[in-house]
Amino acid sequence: MRALLDSLKSLYPLDDIVLQRPDLAFATVPAAQVRGLLHHLKEREGFTHLVLLTAVDWLEDGMFQLTYLLHDRARARDLGLRTLIRRDRATMDGIHDLWPTAATYQRELKEMFGIDFPGSPGVDDPFVLEGWTDLPPYRRDFDTKDFSERNFNHREGRVTHDPAAHMKRHLYPDEA
Amino acid sequence: MALYTPDRSQYPAALPDGSLEFDLASGKYLKLWQGPQHPGITGNMSLELTVCGDEIVHARTHVGYLHRGFEKLMERRTFIQCFPIVCRICVPEPDFNEYCYAQAVEELAGIEAPERARWIRTLILEMGRINSYMMYLGGQAGSLGQAVIGQWTTYGRDLMLDRFEELTGARIYHMFILPGGVRDGLPDGFETRMEETLREIERIMADVEDVMFHNAVFKTRTVGQGIIRPEWIEDYGVTGPNARAAGVVKDVRKDQPYLVYPELDFEPVSGTDSDVFTRADVRRRDVHVSIDLVRQILARMPKDGPLMAKVPNVLHWKIPKGETYVRGECSRGEYGYYLVTDGSGYPRRVNVRGPSYTHAMALLEKMIVGVNIADVAGLMVSLHTYPPEIER
Repeated sequence: MRALLDSLKSLYPLDDIVLQRPDLAFATVPAAQVRGLLHHLKEREGFTHLVLLTAVDWLEDGMFQLTYLLHDRARARDLGLRTLIRRDRATMDGIHDLWPTAATYQRELKEMFGIDFPGSPGVDDPFVLEGWTDLPPYRRDFDTKDFSERNFNHREGRVTHDPAAHMKRHLYPDEA
Repeated sequence: MALYTPDRSQYPAALPDGSLEFDLASGKYLKLWQGPQHPGITGNMSLELTVCGDEIVHARTHVGYLHRGFEKLMERRTFIQCFPIVCRICVPEPDFNEYCYAQAVEELAGIEAPERARWIRTLILEMGRINSYMMYLGGQAGSLGQAVIGQWTTYGRDLMLDRFEELTGARIYHMFILPGGVRDGLPDGFETRMEETLREIERIMADVEDVMFHNAVFKTRTVGQGIIRPEWIEDYGVTGPNARAAGVVKDVRKDQPYLVYPELDFEPVSGTDSDVFTRADVRRRDVHVSIDLVRQILARMPKDGPLMAKVPNVLHWKIPKGETYVRGECSRGEYGYYLVTDGSGYPRRVNVRGPSYTHAMALLEKMIVGVNIADVAGLMVSLHTYPPEIER
């Protein structure tokens, strides 16, 4: 894995390299280099299996991290490529031409994080939500509790107990 | 031999990209929904089919009927509070969620589960694999009209659930593989009762082989049906028995051995024809591999020793910033957890990679074109998908 990373570093501007396990490494690459590096890894280095494509919301930094995890079965190793894109301009080049299955991941990321992949097949179609008009729900600033309170009614007869007070009342009724 | 010869007199023309051109307004085509409530659908999803006569010319998968936002929920829960959530992502085989999550937390927290716990984890995962396959075999036979097979395999699965119950205290959601180890050791006499269960399952499997796999109707409707081409394996992220039936011997237990698999003697089951029959047969033979693995584990596992590593106070457990990916070979293929931590007491991000994510959507949409309506259920079941893994 170390030799691969050294070789890649001479070709691409890799940063923040972490050798998590002997068979798993992560590295950050600029967004503009992602497609080229993925193509290189797939065609030249044996990383033919796209394990997953997902996002991490670094709200405090105003950035989304996209993680492309690739697997090389012949050498039993994984490489996770991170790239950071701005939250307020959340657009990224698609990779569905490299792996057709990536279109599903990209469609989900558009819906759940609001990250657009222009040209990706069906990227604007609903994935699991229908008629959603709120913030993309997997963004850190989407408040699920607030959403529920705005959109759903409380059912009569339901109460919320403070666990400590409830147990005290239950165990020591005389002191209540 | 195909029983069905399609009438393609009105079949749509193929476009240069290989897709079919059809005009719904022409009246030649019909939209047909299979699911979300339909005996021929796997779990909570639906297929929007466009048919020409009896043949599918276009398909669109729809998921989301069971979305519970697990990944989002976990970002607001402590690491131990996530533990009872993860198993609910996959009902028929929940233990891989527990294992992958626990292993990822342990790795980032610098904890190593004790040796005995690692053997018990492997035992649990193989027991779950047998259960999952039993459920699959019943579904696969049922999708093609053999309802009795499902009754037999459900009986076998129920026996294994008894073993789960005495080992973990629960039948479906076991919540047994905790970060740090496992909750308990084997109860007294467990090995004997497990051997009785395995023998009964072997007896059931012999009947299943005779009645299902040697059945002329089953063979006629599955041989040559629903072929996954070798080039689709990497394009669509196909793993597990679906890949092995196509001759691509992917098995995480061998490719990147985890837990105690390096110490166990087994060979991954594979096939070559990549059709519905071969996929079913690979899984049938895999049941016997798992039965053998359970016997090996029970014979060789340590009888005493610690079950839990020392973990911090779980109410105040903060894990250093980091990220990792942990995978295992579940009954449907590669199951994995991508965990990102930021130094706080909560996961920054948990992403679940279930095999159904790739198998049940893009791959199914591609495979289903040209299939007779009556064979859609059998084809879908042959991919062995659990939709909750998609909408986690």
